[in-house]
Amino acid sequence: MRTRVSVCFIVLTLLMAALFVLDLCLGQVNISASDVWASLTGGEVSRVTQRIVLNLRLTKAVTAVLAGAALSLSGLQMQTLFRNPLAGPYVLGISSGASLGVALFILGAPLMGMSAWMSSLGLAGAAWVGAAAVLALIVAVARRIRDIMVILVLGVMFSSGVSAVVQILQYLSREESLKSFVLWTMGSLGDVTLRQLWIFVPAVLAGLILGFAAVKPLNLLLLGEDYARTMGLNVGRSRAMIFGSTTLLAGTATAFCGPIGFIGLAMPHVTRLMLHDSDHRVMVPGTALAGACVMLACDIISKMMVLPVNAITALLGVPVVIWIVLRTK
Amino acid sequence: MIELKNFGIGYGRRVLLSDVNAAFAPGTLVALLGRNGTGKSTLLRAIAGLGPHTSGTVEAGGKDLSGLDAAAIARTLAFVSTERVRVSSLRCSDIVAMGRAPYTNWIGSMTDADRDTVADALAAVGMADFAGRTMDTMSDGECQRIMIARALAQDTPVILLDEPTSFLDLPNRYELCLLLRRLAHQRGKCVIFSTHELDIALSLADAIALIEPPRLHCLPVGEMRASGLIERTFCNDDFSFDALTGQIVTRR
Repeated sequence: MRTRVSVCFIVLTLLMAALFVLDLCLGQVNISASDVWASLTGGEVSRVTQRIVLNLRLTKAVTAVLAGAALSLSGLQMQTLFRNPLAGPYVLGISSGASLGVALFILGAPLMGMSAWMSSLGLAGAAWVGAAAVLALIVAVARRIRDIMVILVLGVMFSSGVSAVVQILQYLSREESLKSFVLWTMGSLGDVTLRQLWIFVPAVLAGLILGFAAVKPLNLLLLGEDYARTMGLNVGRSRAMIFGSTTLLAGTATAFCGPIGFIGLAMPHVTRLMLHDSDHRVMVPGTALAGACVMLACDIISKMMVLPVNAITALLGVPVVIWIVLRTK
Repeated sequence: MIELKNFGIGYGRRVLLSDVNAAFAPGTLVALLGRNGTGKSTLLRAIAGLGPHTSGTVEAGGKDLSGLDAAAIARTLAFVSTERVRVSSLRCSDIVAMGRAPYTNWIGSMTDADRDTVADALAAVGMADFAGRTMDTMSDGECQRIMIARALAQDTPVILLDEPTSFLDLPNRYELCLLLRRLAHQRGKCVIFSTHELDIALSLADAIALIEPPRLHCLPVGEMRASGLIERTFCNDDFSFDALTGQIVTRR
């Protein structure tokens, strides 16, 4: 059993490294692998090539790794916390909440006039607030109504309601801010600039660290809140920790890459299937690694076919979700 | 030793139990009896700290539980609920190992002593062969035993079980209660379980706690049989229950 886990981790790590390198080598401009290597190590290449590799491709690949890990881990946290195989940041409306925050910010920010750095911090902040607000709402409902189906339906309703509000905002807003928002909703890993990484990377890392710190509470919560409490878990504090982590992970990924669906929902299941284990001590790192791999793969596919990454994640994720639904019946 | 002092429970204005003073000694199996809706589950949950109580205190070993933190309570008292837990891809040994949570560090790493406790708990409920199995392929009785092994691994002087015999067939019910009795007598634990099985309770338990709202009568089985309280609680116009013979008697 343990060997299976070790093998999976070695394979996933190697796969991620390979996909990362491949992602660096592929793009609209043809750059040879040796030139990519030279750019990374500071060898002799043209300044343009170096800029493309470092500022565009490396940034994008790092974004893909972190966004994939972030969305997948937040999906795992939601599935354990709500004890529902269909939970995930997208399904529960957490990504929609972040979208609403971003919409309000992008469509309203031009009125305030802010520096670029302030505005990316504001973007992230707006997404965090939006994600946390939806999460708080879902928790408030979940405390009163124990029925899991109700929570899922509410999540879908939140998403629809938020989309409607966003549409109204778009309708009322000016042309230039409208365009930047529409581009954002298509989801893109490439829009993250080198400067934005200074917010993106620490925020996602903080979320991941919080997620790792919560493996024991997550394990106990597999048996439900009552059992977790009688086994000595401070449920309130653990829940706050997990929600904080999810808000940082899903909120930040959504803020900078747009709403990316299905990764959060599908990856925990794929990982569980690979590892044959629900223990979060292996599931948390495993899901994060697998999510990073799949996001890199999606980015590579989207580069080769010139498609928005959102469409690719959906096409890959939908069969997985259908399989989950059919299997649980 | 677990003691209820001036303990009371209720919903809103409705009082289920009030001014309960009772003590349950180590090494005894206590059956909690009462009609539907009289608050058996509510009482067990309130003692375990999962639900509210309206008055009084629960004391274990002379210490008020409300003054202890969650981990300290979990080292005093383990709980097995009616909820049927089925987690896919989780081995029985992992579930039982969760019982060690109040003793392990932040990531839950197990020492050799912890692993021994888990193996011992699995053996005690007769499920040692199931350590590597996952619950989604097991029967209700087997799952219930795993949840009890988990409570055992928690290494607490008190174990509370809410209707552990529901969902089980007759041989399994007796086997399970015999297991609880063995745990109480051989390991000196105070085991309190709620049940609707009067015959099992009267034949296997050491003491009976009977809810007759708003009072809780606690007596050793012999005294309880003779007291007539059971007949008074479990009768209606058509039949009565004879606590001495354990038989239902219909009135013609």
